[in-house]
Amino acid sequence: MKQLQTWGRTWGPLLAIALVAVALLMVAPAVLSPFRLNNLGKYVCWAIAGVGIGLAWGRGGMLVMGQGVFFGLGGYAMAMHLKLEAAMASGGPDAVPDFMVLYGDGTMPGWWEPFRSGAFTLAAIVVLPALVAVVLGWAIFKRRVKGAYFAILTQALAVVFATLLVATIKQTGGFNGLNQFTQFFGYNLYDPVNKRMIYSIASVALVVCLVLVWQLYRSRFGELLVATRDAEERVRFLGHDPANIKLVAFVLAAVMASIGGALFAPITGIISPSDVDATASILLIAGVALGGRALLLGPALGALAVGFGRTTLSETFPDQWTYFLGLLFIVVILFLPAGLGSMWSQALGRLRSSRPTPTRASAPTPTDELEVAR
Amino acid sequence: MDAFTTPLLAGTATGALLLIAALGLALTFGQMGVINMAHGEFLMAGAYTTYLTQQVVTSTDLSILVALPVAFLVAGALGLLLEVAIIQWMYRRPLDTLLVTVGVSLLLQQLAKDVFGAQGDPVHTPGWLDGNIDVLGYHWPFRQMFTIVLAGAALAGLGALLRYTAYGRRIRATVQNRDLAETMGVSTRAVDRVTFFVGSGLAGIGGVAVSLISGTNPNLGTTYIISAFLVVVAGGLGQLRGTVIAAFAVGVVTAFFTDWFSSSMAQVLTFALVVVFLQLRPQGLFTVRARGLA
Amino acid sequence: MFQSRTRFATGTVLALTAALSLSACGGSKSGEASASSASCVDTSGDTIKLGFLNSTSGAMAISEQTVRDSLSLAATQINAAGGILGKKIEPVVEDGASDPAVFAEKIEKLLTGDCVAAVFGGWTSASRKAMLPVVEADNGLLFYPVQYEGLEASKNIYYTGATTNQQIIPAMDFLKSKGVKTLFLAGSDYVFPRTANKIIKQYAAELGIEIVGEEYVPLDDDDWTTQVAKIVEAKPDFVFNTINGSSNVGFVKAYYEQGLSAKTTPIISVSIAEEEAPAMGKDVTGQFAAWNYFQSVKSPTNDAFIKAFQDEYGADRPTSDPMEAAYTSLYLYKALVEKADSFDVDEINDAADGVTFDAPEGTVTIDGENHHIAKTALIGQINADNQFDVVWSSEKPIEPDPFLEGYAWWDPSAE
Repeated sequence: MKQLQTWGRTWGPLLAIALVAVALLMVAPAVLSPFRLNNLGKYVCWAIAGVGIGLAWGRGGMLVMGQGVFFGLGGYAMAMHLKLEAAMASGGPDAVPDFMVLYGDGTMPGWWEPFRSGAFTLAAIVVLPALVAVVLGWAIFKRRVKGAYFAILTQALAVVFATLLVATIKQTGGFNGLNQFTQFFGYNLYDPVNKRMIYSIASVALVVCLVLVWQLYRSRFGELLVATRDAEERVRFLGHDPANIKLVAFVLAAVMASIGGALFAPITGIISPSDVDATASILLIAGVALGGRALLLGPALGALAVGFGRTTLSETFPDQWTYFLGLLFIVVILFLPAGLGSMWSQALGRLRSSRPTPTRASAPTPTDELEVAR
Repeated sequence: MDAFTTPLLAGTATGALLLIAALGLALTFGQMGVINMAHGEFLMAGAYTTYLTQQVVTSTDLSILVALPVAFLVAGALGLLLEVAIIQWMYRRPLDTLLVTVGVSLLLQQLAKDVFGAQGDPVHTPGWLDGNIDVLGYHWPFRQMFTIVLAGAALAGLGALLRYTAYGRRIRATVQNRDLAETMGVSTRAVDRVTFFVGSGLAGIGGVAVSLISGTNPNLGTTYIISAFLVVVAGGLGQLRGTVIAAFAVGVVTAFFTDWFSSSMAQVLTFALVVVFLQLRPQGLFTVRARGLA
Repeated sequence: MFQSRTRFATGTVLALTAALSLSACGGSKSGEASASSASCVDTSGDTIKLGFLNSTSGAMAISEQTVRDSLSLAATQINAAGGILGKKIEPVVEDGASDPAVFAEKIEKLLTGDCVAAVFGGWTSASRKAMLPVVEADNGLLFYPVQYEGLEASKNIYYTGATTNQQIIPAMDFLKSKGVKTLFLAGSDYVFPRTANKIIKQYAAELGIEIVGEEYVPLDDDDWTTQVAKIVEAKPDFVFNTINGSSNVGFVKAYYEQGLSAKTTPIISVSIAEEEAPAMGKDVTGQFAAWNYFQSVKSPTNDAFIKAFQDEYGADRPTSDPMEAAYTSLYLYKALVEKADSFDVDEINDAADGVTFDAPEGTVTIDGENHHIAKTALIGQINADNQFDVVWSSEKPIEPDPFLEGYAWWDPSAE
């Protein structure tokens, strides 16, 4: 019996991830129309960002309310490359994006130049958000700013980021964002076969992120992260620097959001400030809260559900969607703080042993966060 | 000269508005550790109250004066309702409260959209506020002076409540050490409710002032709330003077950045300044130092 | 042993994933032909599906709902009169949710899922830019009903609102005729105002009008105090207002607050219409607006349009330029199909040049080259009833010129 439990704890999550992989990569392409599959691809991008939020918020206790910023860094980096690719395909190697000719003086800012290279873009999608997150995280965590302060600062960051994008029309396309891509690393973006390929890339990225996070949660780092969430001072007394632990989780979450954004651009064909602002960031949080912030699969499945709900509910009840979203926050956080997924793991826990085992993923009651406030 | 007076005076008025909005936030955050993301929608409620008052009280000159207490009561009642219905169940989960109130904020915005329409409704400025005085080249509108007076009155009123009344004593006791206050027979639950009512009511008053700037619209709360939060963060908790200084600092600095660069850049730079400031004083300008504060 | 076994398992899952995804990656490089644009429009029945794609939620809902209403009205009228080529219109409505990405998603659904023959809608340039590549890839049709910043022409889009040479440039001609010497530009910080002001600045130089200031405020920002103070200081003859949405209220209030008025420093706006004028909370009598349609336009067609609209949606509902342009767009589509005698996009495009409709604003004609329509420019002055008295007109329809190729002073690459 004991052995069976260990076996389940080790292999169960992996089996679940494998199921997700099969569902996304085999079942979905077989049963969905190309249009719906593309929609699913969009949700998958949000789910990738959601996995990162689960890591930072669910396990690390950092309520990241501005993940849209990192989603946007990746999205815009990719979109800049796609824009240049489209320009170069029609206008030669020195061509500049159409909107710079239309709205500007036809010259391209120097910092766009390296994005002509696909390799540079791919590197930037990882390095850029990591750099921003390191600088910001360092400034915030080292000074022990946390709890609600941290949440407010990240949200303000999202607002500021969107404002900056809207105001820089000649550099980033402003309110219109970047769109009208034609190809994706040489592949025609309007060929259904290629669209399916990008969808698959997104799905693979999600699965890889899940496996990575699963390994992290099993590791010593995962233990420390949860410990920091629940009792930061005690971790400090034990000789660890909580700032470093939080920083790693924050940076990983940022990179995941960035990868999600980078795939969002080719899948939807557009990235604009409304995809990365405070409201968009809140939507990312909604999925994670719904699915179960501290669970392995909760954030990803929750993000998929919220994306799906957004499409179907807004098709059926265009005016009521905001009510659903608002109620979702209230009901889930108030009554099911550990998310829908927690019901599943509780049931599983009961199945495993007669006495309910307190699972590691259970909802945090972080009274410690009151610290700054009390 | 007016390159200096305009941002200074206009910024002071913006700061006064931020102060009214931030006072309530600082109060509830300082005492209960609750961040109310729906605070901006209480501002919106104050603005719509002004609009509705003007439908009933047809004399524009009077209507604003009538709207002030009404808006205080309406927003205060909304706050009380929020406290009783939701927040009191989750005082031990501050971050979750923040998220729940995000949901409340979405609901209220959509509700306003459905009830009043997405197009804003007009709010008329009374005649005695419709004018300006030339201060070194800046035509300083009476409306801005009124906002500053209003902020001063709100601050004085709140200060008097905290300092001279029995409730104020209880509030201060609760802020400094909740458990000890409870031990001494203070019903901290009741105190929390009063604080929430007063804090939300202040947002209603702020809403009246905002409606004179931009009329009403369902997204009105979101415009000011982020700046108000930054004020609270920079001002520190537990003492009003931090909030006051931070509010006027943010207002004036933003106005100067707007004058020098643009409104968009001003938002960006002000945020950057607050982050830098937190490097110097991570707890904000002032904070109450007491044992209970850990 | 335990560790290595999990590592093996992890590897297996990843390998499985990789294998699964490879099977989906038979992609074709650009240039290789792909057969995606075969139309799925069903023209065999006695109805024809048309998509109405407007935001009924989000920030743009207030504006776009009015467009949706007038589209529905036009569809009802056309159906009552026998439909298009004898087929009744079957509207498929979708919500763009004020989000460009949603517009792109929904137009794809309408064109490839619902197989509509044409889509009507969009408001912001962001939504149009998002839909453009989709409608081109699917070789569909989009009718876009709002005045915009020009510099665009797609064979798959018909633009029934004004382009800049039918609104901005006539407004400047009007200012010149008023003897305006100095002009101040105030706008929201996004694409339309920035582009409009670029054109205004170059044309002003041509006309000998001096630009004495240029200020922008973010879309959602209501505080115009500092910027209006600069207008007070610059003392311009006129203010050219390209502010969008609710930010107008903050601007107008700050403007009157600091002692400006229509007598001393009038405003000419390009986004304040019959709907917006009463929502300012200020008496805006005497201020100006440049459009191609006002509710006050006197013509039998307009009287009939206003009556039908108010019978349907209430007597208190004003009619405005974008609503009229949307209404017109559906009738233009009907005329296009009937001239082409087909619902096929290519055949419609071949027949497009010169198709006309006697619209409420006057007769409009499609330009087969750029798919914009010739419209008459009007300047209105707000009266005490929040209606616009037409004080200036271009007299005859202006040929659309979205890229301003016919204007020698226009240099797109200048700052």
